[in-house]
Amino acid sequence: MDKFWHSVRLDEALCKGCINCIKHCPTEAIRVREGKACINAEFCIDCGECIRICPHHAKIALSDKLETALSSRKYNVVLPPPSLYGQFNNLDDVNIVLNALKHMGFDDVYEVSAAAEIVSELTREYLDSHQGNFPLISTACPSIVRLIRVRFPNLISHLLPLNPPVEVAAKLAVKKAMKDSGLPREDIGITFISPCPSKVAYVKSPLGVEKSNVDYVIAIKDIYPILLSHMKAVDLPELEDIATSGKIGVSWGRSGGEAGGLFTDDYLAADGIRNVIRVLEDMEDEKFSNLKFVELNACDGGCVGGVLQVENPYVAAVKLMRLRKYMPIARTHMSEQEKEARGDVPWNRKVEYEPVYNLGSDMMESFARLNRVERLLKKLPGLDCGSCGAPTCRCLAEDIVRGQAKETDCVYYLKENLHKLSEEVETLSEDIGKGKTGQETINTLRQYMARIRQEMKELDQKETGRAKDDGTETD
Amino acid sequence: MADAITLTYNVTKDDFTRAGEASADVKQKLKQMGVSPEAVRKVSIAMYEGEINMVIHAYGGKITVTISPDKIRMVLADSGPGIEDIEKAMQPGYSTAPEEIRNLGFGAGMGLPNMKKYTDSMHIETKIGVGTTITMEVNL
Repeated sequence: MDKFWHSVRLDEALCKGCINCIKHCPTEAIRVREGKACINAEFCIDCGECIRICPHHAKIALSDKLETALSSRKYNVVLPPPSLYGQFNNLDDVNIVLNALKHMGFDDVYEVSAAAEIVSELTREYLDSHQGNFPLISTACPSIVRLIRVRFPNLISHLLPLNPPVEVAAKLAVKKAMKDSGLPREDIGITFISPCPSKVAYVKSPLGVEKSNVDYVIAIKDIYPILLSHMKAVDLPELEDIATSGKIGVSWGRSGGEAGGLFTDDYLAADGIRNVIRVLEDMEDEKFSNLKFVELNACDGGCVGGVLQVENPYVAAVKLMRLRKYMPIARTHMSEQEKEARGDVPWNRKVEYEPVYNLGSDMMESFARLNRVERLLKKLPGLDCGSCGAPTCRCLAEDIVRGQAKETDCVYYLKENLHKLSEEVETLSEDIGKGKTGQETINTLRQYMARIRQEMKELDQKETGRAKDDGTETD
Repeated sequence: MADAITLTYNVTKDDFTRAGEASADVKQKLKQMGVSPEAVRKVSIAMYEGEINMVIHAYGGKITVTISPDKIRMVLADSGPGIEDIEKAMQPGYSTAPEEIRNLGFGAGMGLPNMKKYTDSMHIETKIGVGTTITMEVNL
């Protein structure tokens, strides 16, 4: 599977080529080229910031359809995430959601929050036996793992090498489904309901495992209306008690919940991608001490803040806290799982450093390019206006040295060139006026006029975002 | 053919809001050049400690970083009081930072020992009442 597969995509028809997404992308992964936004697959981490900010709704998250998830295989199990429980008003029993999901057509439900309690238990064990790796970094948020593998290689050894709850849930759900139905693996469909594009990308292009056990990923906002109607339709007195998670599992849906399941005070929990980047920079500089665990969530508020959610993240977090108030601490324990479940949790594939930010293919080339970048920065205006399609002048300079852009992409640079050319033309005209005409002077004059015309055309292209008609002059 | 790259930074006394910016800039550039992560880490930590020392103890100065294919050389030159007892200053835990600085969380006394630990060579030249120049190298 393509290790840089992304769920975040552009709907070109709706893109106006404005500068909103390029300025808001935390990894400077987007450029506007020929009037449309382009995402650099190596820099993108599927955090969804561009989806949030696009005023034209041109950024989308790819995911599967509910019909596909329900009809492709014989026996279908759905995995609801804990953050889903915070999306509803007046919900006082998680079983209503779980029963409604079965009512919708799924054969069984396996709560991700239950698997989360197993991951918490094994994380506590891991922390006890791997103190040399402190602080350990949570790997539940795939955007964080993708960010670290390209930008913070020194922290790769601190990544907690345990599968996220969704993957553990999928593995255990497969085992249970095969036992309950007697069917082989290929007839079983595992569907995850995702709060974000990052987890869709995780399933199609996993980290830490060769292949994910999740078969389909549907977005929370896509099934919200239909799920709500089934929740209203379930027969309350006949409600099956199938909930299997407690306080710990449900709390994973919000920032601080994962760390809360570790029973230690020596943790740091950060949410929001820009805050996370600051924490990672400081961790790299070893500015933190006496921390055992660092929980990092790309979305504000944690998974409740995912871009495919329906409710306001902070309201959803309150709802999760209310739901868990009378729950036991945890309801799913390792001891009650089959012994092999222990083998389902650790990673079986390492995360490797991907040096996508290198300026050149080796250090010598990178030296030379860095020099060029510094020289270019002196020529560029330093306004970070975004007109060239890059978020900052420094990004444009880097694009230029990588051969992906040219100096004349900068409107101000172009304007200065035009001024200089006009001055040259003026001087030449004066010479002609003084009688210094020669065929050569006139040729030079014509060359300058052609260049002015060419650069004016480039300026026009920037305004409209597409090439204007060349040829017939109508003025 | 690429020659060595030289980067220079000015450091101002007591400017805590900007303290650490020079070492952060160097770190970013080294990463983009594909310098090994271990070397980047050593340079950023050593330079950060040196930069903070210049802000806390000196009256201002200049940092010059020279990047060549085989090593990275940092020269931190300040005008300031100088170091009275170099041997004592190199002891972990020993600090001459004033009270206000310690209240900010600095002055743990690990600056110079860390700089020595993370670099392959370190040389201190100091003159009381004039200033200090520290030269460090990390091999690539």
